[in-house]
Amino acid sequence: MEPLDQELDEAELEMPTEPMLLNVGPAHPAMHGTVRCVMELSGEIIEHVDVQVGYLHRGFEKMCERGTWSQVFPYVDRCNYVSPMLNNVGFALACEKMLGVTVPERCQWYRMILGELARMSDHLTCDGAMAMELGAFTPFLWMIKAREMIWDLMEEETGARLTHSFGRVGGMASPPTEHLKENARAVVKHILSVVDECEKLLLGNRIFLDRLEGVGVISQADAISLGWTGPCLRATGVPYDVRKASPYMKYGEVDFDVPVGSASDCFDRFMVRLAEMRQSARIIEQCCLRMADSGPVNVSDPRIILPPKEEVYSTIEGTIQHFKIVMEGLKLPAGEVYAYSEGGNGELGFYLVSDGSGTPYRVRIRPPCFLITGGLERVITGAMMADVVPSFGSLNMIGGECDR
Amino acid sequence: MSKALVELIKKNFGTAVLETHALHGDETVVVEAAAWKEVARFLRDNPQCSMDMLSDLTAVDFPEREPRFEIVAHFYSLTKGHRLRLKTRTGDAEGDDAEVDTLCDLWASANWMERETFDMFGVIFKGHPDLRRILLYPEFEGHPLRKDYPADKIQPLIAYRDVPNIEKVAPFSVDEGMSFGRQTHTGRRHDTDDSQVN
Repeated sequence: MEPLDQELDEAELEMPTEPMLLNVGPAHPAMHGTVRCVMELSGEIIEHVDVQVGYLHRGFEKMCERGTWSQVFPYVDRCNYVSPMLNNVGFALACEKMLGVTVPERCQWYRMILGELARMSDHLTCDGAMAMELGAFTPFLWMIKAREMIWDLMEEETGARLTHSFGRVGGMASPPTEHLKENARAVVKHILSVVDECEKLLLGNRIFLDRLEGVGVISQADAISLGWTGPCLRATGVPYDVRKASPYMKYGEVDFDVPVGSASDCFDRFMVRLAEMRQSARIIEQCCLRMADSGPVNVSDPRIILPPKEEVYSTIEGTIQHFKIVMEGLKLPAGEVYAYSEGGNGELGFYLVSDGSGTPYRVRIRPPCFLITGGLERVITGAMMADVVPSFGSLNMIGGECDR
Repeated sequence: MSKALVELIKKNFGTAVLETHALHGDETVVVEAAAWKEVARFLRDNPQCSMDMLSDLTAVDFPEREPRFEIVAHFYSLTKGHRLRLKTRTGDAEGDDAEVDTLCDLWASANWMERETFDMFGVIFKGHPDLRRILLYPEFEGHPLRKDYPADKIQPLIAYRDVPNIEKVAPFSVDEGMSFGRQTHTGRRHDTDDSQVN
């Protein structure tokens, strides 16, 4: 009988040493978000990695140039779809900066309450999904259940659970409901108890800690150079939070801390998010105390805000106002503006260019997680294959925001 | 704060500064394309500026202007807490020759943002280590955020990529999964069956 492999020499019977090429994604069950990593592995060590994004690119910036300024809101909603209210408010603030108007105080408090709830929902999703990908399914279910309460409140306020499109230039689509404050307090109380429970459940778990501590480390200088912002930057010890550094709305008047990490590993990013939820709860409580129960929500400028429906149907001025804003769009003065606010993942910037007509000339969304995902290569090169999952999870890449 | 910065740049790069303004409180400096990288390096290294973060980099297309593209960068200093917008202009009316120096070796964040600007506008960043498309696929034709790119333009169907050492068999015909307007009707599966029935 012939030998099975005639070519095989005795000397070649060693383990092959050539690197292996491995594709992870774009739809990998252990990585939420559509991202593809082409890895060159040597054993279990990642030697090179090419991170490829763009699978969720929907051409939002191009589409924004086709409608009116108000028609941009549904697009920014669908950028970071875990905290759409923060995007809505961020875009509204950019337009208001260009117009030079400030919304009434009651609206600012209202935006802050909804925004902080959205931030909590963002952090709950990220921390929950991170735990789930490491095998801890219960905290994920608890956190998502808590997030559901936030979405119920959002539905009560805005009429939509996920993509609210609730922000308006110069105000909000409708005033707060009667029971906003008691609902918000009840939701926050429940979320804090869930956060406490999950913390006890996870931080006493040896496996969970071992997979996070000392994994996915990035130096502070690298993080700054990569343009990281938000919880990922704060986990490296830089206390940069747009709400503190350049306060917008009423953030300068409320009392809250900026939690920072020190080891800049996955564990710190996880803990920073947990701590931020507690700070958000503090902010919401202060907003509830200070927000007036009655008063105007929208600015009174008829060139910016749609008139009430009863006026549209009964007076000629109202009809004309409505027609002009709907058909021509509200007009932003010609020029350019860069406005930034703290999104769920960091500095959410809007660079707007207007030519003075009712249609945006250019809407540039500066997505925080595009830059954070840009650093993934540095984080996982040289790490073990199994470390990719917690590292990627802790960066909280949101496909819609990254790819737009 | 940033007012002093603008003066400082004017003093150091007198002739290269084309324009300055502070619309809506955003201090802006427009420089010549040739000085783009030098001004950026100055912003990073000068102790009075110390812009340690490149927050944003993008472009705007003005097809009726010459040079056509405006490259816009936003800098932020974590230590000083000030911001500055730096712009430059490049490219002829056809959109060719749009070239500026890369900022990759100054800030790591420039890498992906320059790739995105190249992808969307076709601006070439000289010296960029890896200037590939990032959000779109390599076979994409044109640069979608240019004003002369129609938003409803249909891209051609692309063949399977030829990857060495990987045998690929098309799992379905070219028309499958395509909307009616994009179907080529060349590879219909049941053409022969239909003729037999009739």
